[in-house]
Amino acid sequence: MKFLKRTDLDCFLTAAAEHRTIYVPIDEEPNKSAYRRYKPRTPVSQGLKTTRSAKDFFFPQTENLVGFRIEDKKIKILDPRTEHEDFAVFGVRACDARSFGILDKVFLSEPVDTYYQNRRAHGLILTMTCRRPAETCFCTAFGIDPASPEGDIVFTETADGWYIEPKTEGGRDFLAPLEEFLEERDEGGAEEAKARTRETMEKLPLAGLKTDSFGGGKTKELFDRPEWASLSEACIGCGTCTFVCPTCQCYDIRDYDTGREVRRFRCWDSCMYSDFTKMAGGNPRLTQKERFRQRFMHKLVYFPENNGGEFGCVGCGRCLASCPIHMNIVKVMKTLSEGQDEQ
Amino acid sequence: MNSETLIPHAVVVEDVRIDTPDVKTFRVLTREGEKPFDHLPGQCAMISIPGVGEGMFSITSSPTNRAYMEFSIKKCGHLTNWLHMLEPGMEVTVRGPYGRPFPVEEDLLGKDLLFIAGGIGLAPLRAVINYVRDNRENYGDVQIIYGARSKDDLVDYAEILDEWQTSPGVEVDLTIDREQAGWAGHVGFVPNYVKELNPDRGKTVLVCGPPIMIKFTVAGLTELGFAPEQIWTTMELRMKCGIGKCGRCNIGAKYVCKDGPVFRYDELGELPDEY
Repeated sequence: MKFLKRTDLDCFLTAAAEHRTIYVPIDEEPNKSAYRRYKPRTPVSQGLKTTRSAKDFFFPQTENLVGFRIEDKKIKILDPRTEHEDFAVFGVRACDARSFGILDKVFLSEPVDTYYQNRRAHGLILTMTCRRPAETCFCTAFGIDPASPEGDIVFTETADGWYIEPKTEGGRDFLAPLEEFLEERDEGGAEEAKARTRETMEKLPLAGLKTDSFGGGKTKELFDRPEWASLSEACIGCGTCTFVCPTCQCYDIRDYDTGREVRRFRCWDSCMYSDFTKMAGGNPRLTQKERFRQRFMHKLVYFPENNGGEFGCVGCGRCLASCPIHMNIVKVMKTLSEGQDEQ
Repeated sequence: MNSETLIPHAVVVEDVRIDTPDVKTFRVLTREGEKPFDHLPGQCAMISIPGVGEGMFSITSSPTNRAYMEFSIKKCGHLTNWLHMLEPGMEVTVRGPYGRPFPVEEDLLGKDLLFIAGGIGLAPLRAVINYVRDNRENYGDVQIIYGARSKDDLVDYAEILDEWQTSPGVEVDLTIDREQAGWAGHVGFVPNYVKELNPDRGKTVLVCGPPIMIKFTVAGLTELGFAPEQIWTTMELRMKCGIGKCGRCNIGAKYVCKDGPVFRYDELGELPDEY
């Protein structure tokens, strides 16, 4: 099996960056990393995951949809779409890799979102196994194996480098000009590393998280549960969970007048915000309880109901780490599951 | 036409009709003078004024009208205030059509139809009423119960008087909320009027109006013995994309923009009460 030595990573990425733009996780401050465009000799983050998810690459926080110029009384429509450049994202973990499949179900279902499709068609995903999963990780609850992520090329991490397995045509093409940086190694090391990851996952505090109480068709059982009131009581509606979430995909569409033209753009929005569903005639989700319930019902019931049982959560744990009141999907799942056992 | 559904088309406002103190009906055409696109009754479209915003409105003209497309819009918020300032010759953008229509070529075929509307709720039903009038042989008797706050708030009163009331096999029952000089017709709220009129139980019902009016009307119909499977309504929630992706118009697992806006009442009964 092909192997990339840790000491050769910089040369490997530098050579790869000649063919397409490469994004890598960079430590910006302690425990805070972000994907940045790779530049030679930039140290790649050794951390487990970036503060924000990788969804920005395909579903950026803001994006122009269409422009308008008013000429005389006529509205001129300006289509801003151009072919996206080829790029690759290095170091994506199994959770984030799965999130793209979830976003695909939204954006690539008919009618296809061509903005998303364009980025997706030009982006390669270079995933990395999780050598040191964190206490906030629970991807296995949603059937994700952090030792065997999806993606175009899988990098299985060991102490001194990575075993490399291309999984798609795009992945093989990417590696073709980079063979000189790879060496051949017995794949026993890869299996050992994978086994260790799986072993670690089993010992983590959230390993036993159960999804049995959730899924499509559970609306009637869960919607009116009294626990929503106490679970949502402290929620300040900041929306941080939705912004760091790799699968949250709600968006707003707004107009901005630049003085020369009107730009209609979309930007991330949050079901946790009070005006998310507010109309001139009223608001169907009047208090934080309804908004909070919507977010979790969507991930745990509505999304699976519409998508063949697949949950809208990948267990990355970002919301556990970032919520200012320490509320999160794990607490919601445990509370609602326990309540059900008692019934 | 563009391949991206979020990119709209510019259309010309050809005519603005003042229906009531807060409702205007806008007739739109392409610059070439054609109807912007085909639709089915009950479907909606996104209308925008660039720089102001975009909103979902039901298409009030019937698909059988090949000449133009009309939207009846009540002034009640930021975008609609701007729309009410439009004058003939100005342009807006539209995209659509969106959503599930009333099943005019399926469930409604051959049925006696009862339309119940309150205020601006007539707008989506008007498309169906005129579709049925233009395909008269495919449907049974038509009864239209329509109410508004006052005589002046009845949308498109002229069409109701001159065309609907004179149509064969069409009965029109109008009501207003309070007594008014010059009004000799019925006075009272729509849900009560429906019960007074005691319509035949075999009719298929299409109801639209303010949420509270729909709730009381359906309660009254249920009391009279109508089954939820006989009642169709059309919903309205905040929308941005119109194609089930922006994530805000859901009731449970259903998106009003693509799974609705038209729902049969038993389908709504399956959804959480969050609308």
